[in-house]
Formats: sequence, structure tokens, C-alpha cells
Amino acid sequence: MQKNGPIALIFNALVIIFMLAPLVIVCLVAFTPAETLTLPTTSFSLRWFEQVLHHADFVQSFWNSLGLAVAAASISTALAVPAAIALVRYEIPGRGALQALFLSPLIIPHLVLGVAMLRMFSLVGGQGSFGWLIFAHALVVMPYTMRLVMAALIGFDRSAEQAAYSLGASNAKVFKRITLPMILPGITGGWLLAFINSFDELTMSIFVVSPSTVTLPVRMYMYATESLDPMMAAVSALIVFITLGLMLLLDKVYGLDRILIGKH
Amino acid sequence: MSERRTWAPWAMSAPALLLFAVMLAVPLLLTTILSFNAYNVDTGPVAGSFTVEHYVHIVTDSYYYEIFWRTLWISGLVTLICIAIGAPEAYILSKMRAPWRSIFLLIILAPLLISVVVRAFGWSMLLGPEGLINDIFRLVGIGPVKLLYNETAIVIALVHVMLPFMVIPVWTSLQKLDPSVESASLSLGASHFTTLRRVVFPQVLPGILSGSLIVFGLAASSFAIPGLLGGRRVKMVATLIYDEYLHELNWPLGAAIAFVLLAANLVIMLGWNRMVEGRYKKTLG
Amino acid sequence: MSFLRLHNVSKQYGPNRVVSQFNLDVQKGEFVSLLGPSGCGKTTSLQMIAGFVDVTEGRIELDGKDITRAKANERGLGIVFQTYALFPHMTVRENVEFGLEMRKVAQPERSERASEALALVHLGPYADRYPRELSGGQRQRVALARALVIKPPVLLLDEPLSNLDAKLREEMQFELREIQRKVGTTTIMVTHDQSEAMSISDRVVVMEAGRITQVDTPHTVYEHPHNAFISTFVGKANLLQATVHVQGDQWLAHVGDVQMAVQDVPAAAASHGTRLLLGLRPEKIQLSASSAGRTQGTVRERFFLGNLWLYTVECPLGSITVTAANDGEAPHQVGSQVGIDWSDRNVRLIAGDGVAA
Repeated sequence: MQKNGPIALIFNALVIIFMLAPLVIVCLVAFTPAETLTLPTTSFSLRWFEQVLHHADFVQSFWNSLGLAVAAASISTALAVPAAIALVRYEIPGRGALQALFLSPLIIPHLVLGVAMLRMFSLVGGQGSFGWLIFAHALVVMPYTMRLVMAALIGFDRSAEQAAYSLGASNAKVFKRITLPMILPGITGGWLLAFINSFDELTMSIFVVSPSTVTLPVRMYMYATESLDPMMAAVSALIVFITLGLMLLLDKVYGLDRILIGKH
Repeated sequence: MSERRTWAPWAMSAPALLLFAVMLAVPLLLTTILSFNAYNVDTGPVAGSFTVEHYVHIVTDSYYYEIFWRTLWISGLVTLICIAIGAPEAYILSKMRAPWRSIFLLIILAPLLISVVVRAFGWSMLLGPEGLINDIFRLVGIGPVKLLYNETAIVIALVHVMLPFMVIPVWTSLQKLDPSVESASLSLGASHFTTLRRVVFPQVLPGILSGSLIVFGLAASSFAIPGLLGGRRVKMVATLIYDEYLHELNWPLGAAIAFVLLAANLVIMLGWNRMVEGRYKKTLG
Repeated sequence: MSFLRLHNVSKQYGPNRVVSQFNLDVQKGEFVSLLGPSGCGKTTSLQMIAGFVDVTEGRIELDGKDITRAKANERGLGIVFQTYALFPHMTVRENVEFGLEMRKVAQPERSERASEALALVHLGPYADRYPRELSGGQRQRVALARALVIKPPVLLLDEPLSNLDAKLREEMQFELREIQRKVGTTTIMVTHDQSEAMSISDRVVVMEAGRITQVDTPHTVYEHPHNAFISTFVGKANLLQATVHVQGDQWLAHVGDVQMAVQDVPAAAASHGTRLLLGLRPEKIQLSASSAGRTQGTVRERFFLGNLWLYTVECPLGSITVTAANDGEAPHQVGSQVGIDWSDRNVRLIAGDGVAA
């Protein structure tokens, strides 16, 4: 195994700087005391963060996104767990096609999904309905929960279940006391990943939200196309901090490296 | 614990299937139908009508050509740059020692979890005339370079967003490599460069190809980046569809373009994927 | 009266008969091993007893009751799995108490019995640890405690020692037997390791290609193997091709120009020209530097095994293997001429024309 030479290390440093630059800049500008998008050179100020908190639209959108993400993650997890068990533990015909179907939102452009759902909503009167939006998000984040729960089930040593069964447990008891606790990291990890992806979702949402259901990313997009001021940076910085917090949680529960690299 | 009841797995998949039927199959079907509906400027889509005029329009009008072409070359360029940066970076990371390797990998992959709006906005700040990059250029004596609201901005930001998608499959390929194979090559007299070219690269190629697919597909259908960094005049397919839907209100036309985008995506991804898998399964097992 | 009886048990998967005509009577308190190479059907047989695999044909009776169709969670047997199968999210104590919980045993008693079981396997102080904090040997003991605490009528062990390293395996073999003797539970163990089966079982059931080929005490299986396979699978053996020479009413077996008297040859086979396959174990042959002995030969190769010397000798009997204890005397040199001697009492009939293999 040859070590990295100096050129390699410089290359790596440049790539890292490239990846971090926009995020770092956003977090720094958020603290600027000035009126325009400049770096805080003289002092750090929280005025723009305050502005965000007083901006009713943004606050409302934040709660929208939060509620939406919780609901979407929960619904997709509740649907994914039984479906994953069905796919991993049973040999049904068309198993491969079913798996491809459940993972398909990953390769269908969110744009197309947004357009398609917009059409359906307009025909069934679903626009403005938070409920329909939740199901739309649940669909889009399903692959994430599905993948993680399936991975947990595939890597599962079934002899523990057999042992419990031989000790007198019923099928239901085995599931509740043995299987579920053992796949819990996968389920929780899936929920968190789904939450994050729902919270971040823009392209599909932009087509299907209505004034009362505007999510935070959509609100930010709309704001950014009209005016560029540090408040946008403050909101962005908040999102970065929240996401970092969620990533730490995800790491504790499941392992960030396993999720990002694991079984891609 | 016998799994004899054949209805059980279907019952367990049913709720998920229902969700997909209602939220995926039906909308896609409706949209496909919509793309064949005629469009009346005053009343909107004419229900029940059938026409291929929108598809013809897409293929013949030069306005759309320009946008498709731009989408194509930008996606291609982004893919090439991602390969040029992502593959070597993955290789460098694979050679690093324990704490650094995970840390840097995490830094490269974590942005995936941060909303694309935030990342696009960050770039708009960096690339603007008052932005950090132009500040640096000014220091060095180069005049302000227009880096925003043009294809350059889109390419740079897309590379930023897509790089993780290239690093992951290449990294995965590298993980499967037996490190002693490289050592064997060196012991037989090959130089580092030859080893990279003749031993490492061929084994990593499937990872690069699969990463290219993902990057190309995602870049071609990206919306937020061209929307925020392309300005009014530089459009890509995604922003075009947005315009047709929300500004022109020509839903059937928008639907037709969306359908073309989806079909192109699926064909490229699935077709190429199968070809790559087929070829490499034989040589690498 | 047998405690566990398997009557004509078979298992078929499609066209494959994985286990055929498995007949076994196990006495209460006995330690029986199912021994054989991979694929012989021993694990499938154990799983049928446990209830994880359905029986295609035959009957299984436990203490007089037919349990053939009973579900695995109704049989109440104690099972130690090859990978131990401990519940990773529960402590050692919780693992051991699980079976008692399923039997609705209430708290103070449950805890007491678990502590007893843990003390039996010498793991008392580890009760509050998690499986991931224990070594392989310790996990195996937890699995054993968990299986024994429910006081099962039969204990099933699926290759319990195969995941341990050699030294630990030896120790655990004897400890396992000691615990079993103390508790008195009827035990069936599956293993592919013949020395393991021999050292701790009351009886050994040898299996080959889905069938039982011999059921006997370890000593009998070793000294009187029923066929060529068993004689080479359990220990080493020199297989000798012999023919019968009859003179009047006297008959002898000839291997090359060496004569031998063989035990237990049925009358039907004792006729002129009958071919026999004989077995002679390496440790039952003596080599001497002088030409003393039944025949002479040359030492081809020599291996030092610590407590034994292993020789390959070319002689009229063929190329034979001989082992000699490392008693401190000088070993024979490669290429040297040696005298070869043995007692005909130790020559075994393995198979022959007219004799069942």
C-alpha cells in the first residue's frame, strides 16, 4: 500500500475546500452585521437570525417542513417495514420487480414526480391539502427507509429467532422481542434518513405546494429568486446546523459512514 | 417458523403497493395521457383529445433544441469533471490512514444531506461579482469575471452537488480491491503509473461508469441549480418544464417534455446499467 | 424403555433423500453423538428432532409421546446452536431467563434459576454483561445455560465446539461432559470431529450419505468399524486386500505372501478365492530394527507429531502407515530395513465377497 504523496494531499485539500466552501460561506455571512451579503469582518451579529424568527412566512414554512417530514418519515417507515420483511424473507414471484418498484423514486426525476402529482391533485382537488403532500413525500422517501430496513434484515442472523422459538416463544413474541429490537437501528436510521430527505426536498414540492403548505426549501427558493439578503444566509445557516445535529443523531443510531457508503 | 402461508407477504406489501399505485402509477399515467391532450390557450388542456403536436413541437422547435442541447452538454461536462476529480479523490482517500479517511469521506458525502437550495445559494454568494472568488481574482489583478447567471455557475454548482454520487461508487469499487494485487504488480517491476493504469483502473471502471450514469441523470434533471444560478436566460430542461407549467400554464406541453425527460433517464440508466453489468460480470465475477 | 425414539425417520427435498431410515433409541441420561462428514444428514436429523425441519416419513417419540408434528416452540427441548444465537440486545441474565419468561415463571424464582444455571457454567459474575462483551467460549456457555435452565427433557447440541480454537475446544469437551453428567439431561450432539465424538459420548451414531452406518460405544466403533469409510474416518487404518486360502478344513487369509488369521469371518465367506478387505490400525503394528517379525519392509517416510512418530513403510502388505509412541528411544531412519509385527487379534474384517459392507 503506497502512501499518498504531497501532490495527492494538495489535491485532496483542494477538493475538501471546494466541498466546504459554499456551506462555510453561508454560515459565516449569516452572522454579518451589515445589510448586504458580506462576510462579518468587524463583528458577529445575530440580527439576521432574529429577522428570520420574525418573518412569519419562514417560521410557518419551517413548521410545515418539520411536520411534513415527521409524518412522511413515519408513514414510509410504517409501510416499508412489512414490505421489506415480505421481500427479504419470502420467495414471492416478481420479488425483483417489486423491489425495483419500491426503489424507483430514486431514479425518477423529482421534477417528473412533481409534475405528475400536480396533474393528479388538480383532478382530485388535492391542492392545498397537507394530507396529499404528506403522501407525496412518503413516496419520495420510501426508498431510503426500504433500503436500510432491507439491509438490516438481510444481514440478520436468524438463529437467534430459532433459539427464541425453541425456548417456547410464539411467532408474534419472536417478532416483538427478538426481530424488531435487532433491526431497530435499521428502522431508526431509515426514519432519520427519510426525515432529512423530506425536509430537504425541493423540486417535487415546488410543483405541489399551495400558499398554505409552502415548505421551507420552497420558501427559500422563492425568496432567493427575488431578493438576496443575509436573511437567506441566516435561514441557510440554520438548516446547516439542524442537519448537522441530525447527522450526529444518525451516526449515534446507525453509523453515518454505513448509511452514506454502506450498501449503495 | 415455516413460511407456508402464501398470502402473508402480499398482505405485508399491500400498504406500500397501495401508496405506490396511488402516488406513483396513477399520476404518471395521468401525465402521460395529459401529454397527448390538445392545449387551448383560453381553457387549458382539452380533456379527451388526442394529439402528438406537443411531441412534434419539442422535436422541431429550435428553442427546445437549444435547451436540450445545453442540458446535454452541461450534464456531459459535469460528468467528465466529476470523473476527473471524484475518481482520483476516492483513490487518494482509500490510501489514507484511519481517522483522516473517514473524516474527509464524511466531509465529501455529508453535503448530500443538506438541502440543495442552501448549497446553490452558497455558490451564488461565492460566484457573484462581489463574491469571494472575484475578490480573490481582484487581488491577483484579474478583473471581475462573470461567474454567475451563466453556464459556468451551473457547471460549478452541479459538480459540487454531484461529486458525492461519483465518489461513492468508485469508493465502493476500490473497497473490493485486494490491496495485495497492487503490491504484486509493483513486485513484478511495474511503475506506480503503470500499476494504476493497468491494474487499478480496469477494476475501478465499473464504479466510474455506474457513477457516471447517476451523475448524468441527476444533472440532466436538476432544477434548483439552473433555477438559482442560471438566471432568466440560461435554461435547462427542468426549468423549462417549470416555465411551461407555472408560467405558460401549457400543461400538456410541460407533460410531454417531462415524459421525454423521464424516458431518456430510464433508458440511459437501465440500458447502460445492464450493459455495464453484463460486460463486467464476466471479467470480474 | 427408550426415552427418545426415532422410528424410520426420513427427509426428502424434491428428488433428494437427505436422511433415510433413521432409527435410534436413546436412553434417559445418555450422551449420543451424530458423527459424519458434511452432507451426511446429521444436522438435518437434529433439526427434525428440534422441529425446525418437517419429517417426510417416520415418527419421533419423546417419553412415549409422539412429537413428530409438534411445532418447535412446543417441544420444550434445549438447543445450543452452532453460532450460539444469543440475543445481542439482552444481557446474559436476560438471555438465560428468556425461556423461563416464555413459561411464565415469576420473578424471584426466575432469577434464582438463572443464577443457578450461570453458576453451573461458571459465568456467575458475567450476568449483567452483553454478548458482544464476551469471548467465544463464554458465549458458548451462556448458550448452554440458556438451554439447560428450562430443564429440558433432551439437550440438542449443533456442532457446539466447532467455532472454538483447538485448545479451548479440548477444555470445553470435558467441561461439557461434566455438566451433562451433573445435570443428567439426555443429550444429542452433532459433530464432524471424530475425536470429539469419541471422547465424550456414551454412544456414537455414524452417518454416511443420509444413512446410519453404525451405532456403538466409541470403543466399539473404533475397534470394530463396520465398513472401510468408518475405519478411515474414525482414526486411521491400513486397508489390506486379502484372499482366502483353504487347505482341508483350515483356512487363512493371505495378503501378498503373508498369512493372517481373521476374526469373525462368516462361514459363507471362508471359501477358497474369496476376497476380503481387512483393516489394521497403525498403532497396533510394531517396528523393530532387527528383522524380527511377521514380515520385513523399508521405511519410506517419517513424520514427527510430538507424542508420536508416524512412519510410511513399504512391505509385502503394501504401503502401510505405522505409528509409534515417542518414548525417548531413537526413531527408525528413512530408508532403513525394519521388521514388522502385529497380533492377528487386531486385524479386522471390513468387507468382502459375500459379506455385507
